[in-house]
Amino acid sequence: MTEQAVASRLDRPSPPGGRSLRRAQRIASQCFAAALQSSCWLFMLVVGGLAAELIWGARLSIRTFGIGFLWSSQWNPVTQQFGAAPFIYGTLVTSVIALALAAVFGILAAIYLAEFAPRRVGTYLGLLIELLAAVPSIVYGLWGLFVLAPIVANWIGPALQKSLGFLPIFQGTIYGVNVLTASFILTLMIVPTITAITRDLIAAIPTRNREAALALGATRWEVASQVVLPAVHRGILGACLLAFGRALGETIATTMVIGNRPVISASLFAPGYTVASVIANEFTEATSDLYLSALIELGLILMVVSLIVIGLGRLMVRLFIR
Amino acid sequence: MSALSIGRRRKLKNAIWIAVCGLCAAGVAAVLLLIMGYIVREGIGAISIPFLTRLPRPTGIAGGGVANGIVGTAIIVGIGAVMAFPVGVLVGTYLAVYSHKRMAQSLSFVADVLAGVPSIAIGIFAYTLLVEPLRHFSAFSASFAFAVLMVPLVIRATEAAMALVPRELREAATALGAPESRVVLKILVVAARPGIVTGLLLSLARVTGETAPLLFTAFGSQYWELNPAQPMAELSLQIFSYAISPYADWHAQAWAGALILIVAVFLLSVLARLSILLGREGNSIGSAL
Repeated sequence: MTEQAVASRLDRPSPPGGRSLRRAQRIASQCFAAALQSSCWLFMLVVGGLAAELIWGARLSIRTFGIGFLWSSQWNPVTQQFGAAPFIYGTLVTSVIALALAAVFGILAAIYLAEFAPRRVGTYLGLLIELLAAVPSIVYGLWGLFVLAPIVANWIGPALQKSLGFLPIFQGTIYGVNVLTASFILTLMIVPTITAITRDLIAAIPTRNREAALALGATRWEVASQVVLPAVHRGILGACLLAFGRALGETIATTMVIGNRPVISASLFAPGYTVASVIANEFTEATSDLYLSALIELGLILMVVSLIVIGLGRLMVRLFIR
Repeated sequence: MSALSIGRRRKLKNAIWIAVCGLCAAGVAAVLLLIMGYIVREGIGAISIPFLTRLPRPTGIAGGGVANGIVGTAIIVGIGAVMAFPVGVLVGTYLAVYSHKRMAQSLSFVADVLAGVPSIAIGIFAYTLLVEPLRHFSAFSASFAFAVLMVPLVIRATEAAMALVPRELREAATALGAPESRVVLKILVVAARPGIVTGLLLSLARVTGETAPLLFTAFGSQYWELNPAQPMAELSLQIFSYAISPYADWHAQAWAGALILIVAVFLLSVLARLSILLGREGNSIGSAL
């Protein structure tokens, strides 16, 4: 950049002696600093307000049920008994299954895109998967409800029952909308996250590391598995945590395919419920203050847990990309 | 075992693993593409001019549309953007300019934290802040929830775009006697503009189609409602209620709505990427370098 270019950008600095001009500049500078500062405070205020509002809204429920709210499995608006256990169970089971599946497919796909694929294929497939990460969850929910749920009920469910039916998780009546369908939908939604981040992490490894291993006679898979992956495994763990956090907080898609029944059942073929879904379904129907407060407490629990998970994930990915 | 057969085994292992990884990548892309293809197929049949220009009608009566939902989505997202963009860009600028200050470090942490809050929790926040005290569902409260969702994205994008501006540019301007405000506005903002625009567009794409916080803020409506203080129709809410209804004609409309939503989100995402590309070529400072 030449000095003239900079100078023209600046509308020329004020001539020496132009006192009123300098004063105007000082005022402009102060206004600018004030705008920056105040927007920062406004932002902090909103975030503080978010935490405060949720804690304040949940106080009635916290006072009534105490810590037992977390493991009570009663959810009965008529008798005003509220417990979070079925929802926490459903959220954890669906998210863990989704993460396990998405991690396997997502990481292997990322390795292919970054290490093995011809450059063009890698770029286009990667771009495609990134675009698909932006698809709204309502769309996945719609597809899950009308296409995936019948497939699970008629094909995947019976097949699993036939081959692995001795396991309690694959026993019982097969519903279409169930915990397994919700897990599958969540898998589809978080795979792009894992693939995109892992691919970026792998791409950040210097080429000379690979060349050194290749020069020693390593095959390309050996380069990927013994040189590249060990260097990024913590970052990949971070990507998985980010995806897990997304699965925990996902609302609309799970609500549409999990069946919405507040029971804890060992079978994956039975309907379940998640924390986010019960808030989505019952928030506008909460008839008493205690009911509403219990729902807000669920929101608070969800927020705290996903904050911890996503915070950790972000930290690990960030440390790695730098 | 001879050296040759060991070499062969390693080569075989190499080929198998490359194939497995390739299959995974192809499988992931294929499943996602199949879903999109299915939605296009189901949706295209139900899209028509009346669908785009008329109000919803009861099931069984042909010719219902989602015009109010499309307009409602634009209004809610638009007001949210008006709230989120200035704050996000200013905070992002602060982070880039005063990155060494302690306030910037805690702000950066808070922005990360906010980006991790599930949208449904932000919906509860908007409800307790704007709906419950006023005893009224409103489009404005939905916009507020969207703004809270967008702000951390805008902050991160602004900060990242400004961090890429060469330090020498700022130093040159400062050496010529420009005050800090001018350096930021005329150098930093201008040079980082394509990146900032990309961030803004991506944040729009992120909230378009977000449904969860709308359930108890915008709430939905059957009518033409353009007043942000009233409950307002929104496309993804309409898709949701049509999808969980038992009527086949509403299901068809849900597919069509989903198709519109996908097209809108893809357009925003593609525009976001184009903005970076065009910015690189056409930007005045970029070409002066």
